Amino acid sequence: MYRWDFAPVAAHLDLLAIGLFNTLRLTGAALAFGVALGLGLALMRLSRRPWAAWPAGLVIEVFRTTPPLVQLFWFYFAAPLVVGVEMTPYLAALVTFSIQSAAFFAEVFRAGIESIERGQWDAARALGMNRGQALRRIVLPQAVKRMIPAFMERAIELMKTTTLVATISYADLLFAANEVSQKTFRPLETYTAVALAYFTVIYGASLLARRIELRLARSGEGTVG
Amino acid sequence: MTVLRLAGLVKRFGANPVLRGIDLTVERGERIAILGASGSGKSTLLRCINFMELPDEGRVEFGGQVVGSERDGRRRYAERELTQIRRQVGMVFQHFNLFPHMTALGNVMEGPLTVLGQDRVQAEARGRAELARVGLADKADAYPAHLSGGQKQRVAIARALAMDPALLLFDEPTSALDPALVGEVLGTIRALAEDGRTMLLVTHELGFAYHVASRVLFLADGLIHEQGTPAEVLKEPRQAATRAFIASHKQFSL
Repeated sequence: MYRWDFAPVAAHLDLLAIGLFNTLRLTGAALAFGVALGLGLALMRLSRRPWAAWPAGLVIEVFRTTPPLVQLFWFYFAAPLVVGVEMTPYLAALVTFSIQSAAFFAEVFRAGIESIERGQWDAARALGMNRGQALRRIVLPQAVKRMIPAFMERAIELMKTTTLVATISYADLLFAANEVSQKTFRPLETYTAVALAYFTVIYGASLLARRIELRLARSGEGTVG
Repeated sequence: MTVLRLAGLVKRFGANPVLRGIDLTVERGERIAILGASGSGKSTLLRCINFMELPDEGRVEFGGQVVGSERDGRRRYAERELTQIRRQVGMVFQHFNLFPHMTALGNVMEGPLTVLGQDRVQAEARGRAELARVGLADKADAYPAHLSGGQKQRVAIARALAMDPALLLFDEPTSALDPALVGEVLGTIRALAEDGRTMLLVTHELGFAYHVASRVLFLADGLIHEQGTPAEVLKEPRQAATRAFIASHKQFSL
């Protein structure tokens, strides 16, 4: 019977804490850039001008259909050779996961925007709004509410996918776990503790998201005006 | 003073002509009811007037100015110019199209705030005044989901009024309402008519058209088939199609 002993792991909590901080920093930054960039890509793809729609579509499809590990290697190992840009592991990871999230969010934004009834555009235009005003004031605020579940799902997925950065030696939580388990010879305890950390953060975040959703639902959204 | 003049307006959807040459002049203070069977082009006519649909042929003059410019024998419209026109033309829709994420007051303030660039205090004062005009001062903070159909449509009317429109377009404003709620909306529109507002009203409420309109148009097959005073068109229609339409609407009335 295996005897669990978490004491050696607890002795290295500082390392794990730094790892967790790095994971959260990367996830948070990639989400923020991903949302902003994703909105841009979605608007380009919805544009009637082919020179805007076509490149956006290409970026979205390429990043949605290739494995994240390949993308990461591409930015970290290939980019310096091909375009001559040297990247730190953090920067390479940030660029990869930002664009990858953007590709995903672009489709979420597009679906959200397209789900808004024609009558909303009609009412906005009839008031004399231009396309940008209608989008900003009328369509996006409603679309974003409908996007929250997809957004949360992506945030969770991303936090787990960022574990791939351990492969390019970025000191995220999993990388720290690897280090700790080698120092303590307690891999089971270390990875169990790390799984618990992921669970706590992600479950906490989804509870928060559910509360936000409920609050928004109470403000009257969900019925055709 | 002429508010609006349409000359030879044609609109096709694909190969299908919906408007086949509409000529119409609207003077200030006129209340024009537009009747016709479904598919006769009534809604499309309204949507061409505020350029929600672009006419394929013909001219629209708004406030004495021809809209668009002619190039290569075709009329071109710049979005900026059309946006300017829409600011001066209020539209009320069959399905209200209120903004569900804003309160009643927020809906009414939205035009002055975003489109006219008024400050919040000014827009709110205007919004509350328009809500009071349609009898909904006490619903300022209610979201559309918590309003009845009749209340929603009155908020939509207030939203249009807050822009100080030179012309109001009503696209079957009571067709989506429970019969019990039609009266309050028609009452609101009637009050606007008595204020001397210029309006075009697509409706199936013949009684309302008879009492409130200053002129009645009967549309059929994309053309103005017959027009005149309410008494002329509704009581003594000259055209067979008009007679048939009115008879079909009176079939079940007492």
